[in-house]
Amino acid sequence: MVWFRIKRTIKLGAKSLWMHRLRSTLTTLGIVFGVCSVIAMLAIGEGASQEAQNQIARLGSRNVIIKTVKPAEEQQSTADDSTMKTYGLTYEDAERFRATLSYEVIVPSRRINQQVWYRNRKVTVEVIGTIPWYPEIAPIEIMRGRFFGSIDLHYQHKVCIVDESVIDEIFIIDDPIGQDIKIKDNYYRVVGIVTAVGPIDTTGETANGIEPQAGPSRSGEMAGGIMGNVYIPLSAFKSSFGEISIQMTAGTRQMEKVELQEVTVKVPSLDMVLPTRDILEDMLASTHKKKDYQILVPLELLRQAARTKRIFSIVLGSIAAISLLVGGIGIMNIMLATVSERTREIGIRRALGARRRDIIIQFLSETVMLTLTGGVLGIALGSLIPYLVERFFYMPTVITGFSLILAFGISGAIGVAFGIYPAYRAAWLDPIESLRHE
Amino acid sequence: MAIVSLEKICKTYHLGSIDLHVLSQIDLTFKEGEYVAIMGPSGSGKSTMLNLLGCLDRPSSGRYFLGDRDVSILDDDELSQIRGQRIGFIFQSYNLIAQLNVIENIEVPMFYQGVTERPSYKRARELAETVGLGDRLDHIPSQLSGGQQQRVAIARALANDPLIILADEPTGNLDSESGGEILVLLDSLHQQGKTLIIVTHDTNVARRAHRIIHLLDGRVERIEINKKI
Repeated sequence: MVWFRIKRTIKLGAKSLWMHRLRSTLTTLGIVFGVCSVIAMLAIGEGASQEAQNQIARLGSRNVIIKTVKPAEEQQSTADDSTMKTYGLTYEDAERFRATLSYEVIVPSRRINQQVWYRNRKVTVEVIGTIPWYPEIAPIEIMRGRFFGSIDLHYQHKVCIVDESVIDEIFIIDDPIGQDIKIKDNYYRVVGIVTAVGPIDTTGETANGIEPQAGPSRSGEMAGGIMGNVYIPLSAFKSSFGEISIQMTAGTRQMEKVELQEVTVKVPSLDMVLPTRDILEDMLASTHKKKDYQILVPLELLRQAARTKRIFSIVLGSIAAISLLVGGIGIMNIMLATVSERTREIGIRRALGARRRDIIIQFLSETVMLTLTGGVLGIALGSLIPYLVERFFYMPTVITGFSLILAFGISGAIGVAFGIYPAYRAAWLDPIESLRHE
Repeated sequence: MAIVSLEKICKTYHLGSIDLHVLSQIDLTFKEGEYVAIMGPSGSGKSTMLNLLGCLDRPSSGRYFLGDRDVSILDDDELSQIRGQRIGFIFQSYNLIAQLNVIENIEVPMFYQGVTERPSYKRARELAETVGLGDRLDHIPSQLSGGQQQRVAIARALANDPLIILADEPTGNLDSESGGEILVLLDSLHQQGKTLIIVTHDTNVARRAHRIIHLLDGRVERIEINKKI
């Protein structure tokens, strides 16, 4: 019974709307664009926040990362082209951190892009020289074997840990554990396998200001054909690669001496992240004459991401609200016109036993059908926008089921909100007058 | 047995400071199965009478019993209910719903009484066949002639098996041939025992009724009993 009534009402509404197809289509456009904006807003917002969360997960929310950066003035100097530039974080810094912040895990690391060989196969990887506690600050897990230990570090053992993606490249069927791979001039024995760090932020510039190569977990497949990571003891790294690198640029030769590229400090709890950052900032400011370091706080990036998301939400939310409002008013206008056009029909129905509420239901459901159709079109069109944003603006987007339901709900609500007045107008027409209406 | 009784019905419109007495002190009763015509020149209160009888309007004073109920005191929803259940309307201009086909038009009164899909369809089909439109069930009004449209309207008026059928100039828009067909159809309804009230100014139409009530200036001028029938 109820089902039959619903069916009839929908059928009648569809017929009436179909009689004025063009008008119905034009009327729904406002809702279509409004719903589009809602979908786009939520998709971009969700994308930004998920990306931020991913990056935080990679960088570690309890981490404070101090990175070596080339000081600005030296980048501009061209006069003394063969002098040695010494900058960046030092072992001394790392020691000082350790002495001051007695409770934290402090992990220094160096990294270099290098080809490694296994038999006749080679792959370009990032070689990371670090200490045995590295797995505590990076999102890697030991799958087989072990990470190197203090003894390896102390005796500069030539051991290495490779990640999954490296294995796929060079050890096709051989068991990697126990094999030797050649890194620069030395052979290193593989003692463990760790999970690969997936690509972070393949989009380069990001909304929340994290540089693509930030963090201890620089990813594999991204830049320069780097396929994965190989971890070796810091001491072995030092003896193997030294600390001086030579850069040849446009006929000039420049030597640079960098002890450590990065020191990661992991604090025991989230509320200690910012105080620790301040302590480190002070310490570095007093010991480094030049600003040759940068402090990254993933937790703060999360807050930045939230701010960005909020701005996006406000802008797109206003667009959505305005177009939904305008769309709703347009729909109300058309429905008022429809009501006066169909005054006679209303009179007939009233004479044949329709109560006021039957008339209200009829016109209200027609309006809601109109807006829901707009909502569906808007959802279809709106789902394309995030795709285009991702494609052309390199911003990650995520369309959640919730946002679709919300958009659909909003379009229905608009129908009710703007349809109620025309429906009441229709219901309160005098049946005698309406029957006389031409 | 009186199926309709009007007791001291008055209808007054207030136009500014002037009170316009459209109907005053009407006392009438109609018996079940009776065939009544209401006649009168324009301005005699015919339309107002029709609206009152059809429960589209309420009297200013007096009582109107339709069947066992005093409908002069009902509210809007109850009046709608009464119209749907107890009154079948036939209008001069057919008043079918343009976007609905024959079957759907006949189903409209049943829809508002909550008749379910199958019985509603079955009844509408039967009625369409009764009025001779069994082969045009899915035609919309604009595809039908005036006479055919009026037959759909008659079928629709019968849908809920009402107590009275109210016809307002049912042949007014028709040529004499299809008008005649409609009158024959109305006669056959009367023969089936329906109570018919026809408002008309056409004496040829009125002549078919048992009684002809002549209205003048809001009063019953005279009642003519048709002895031929």
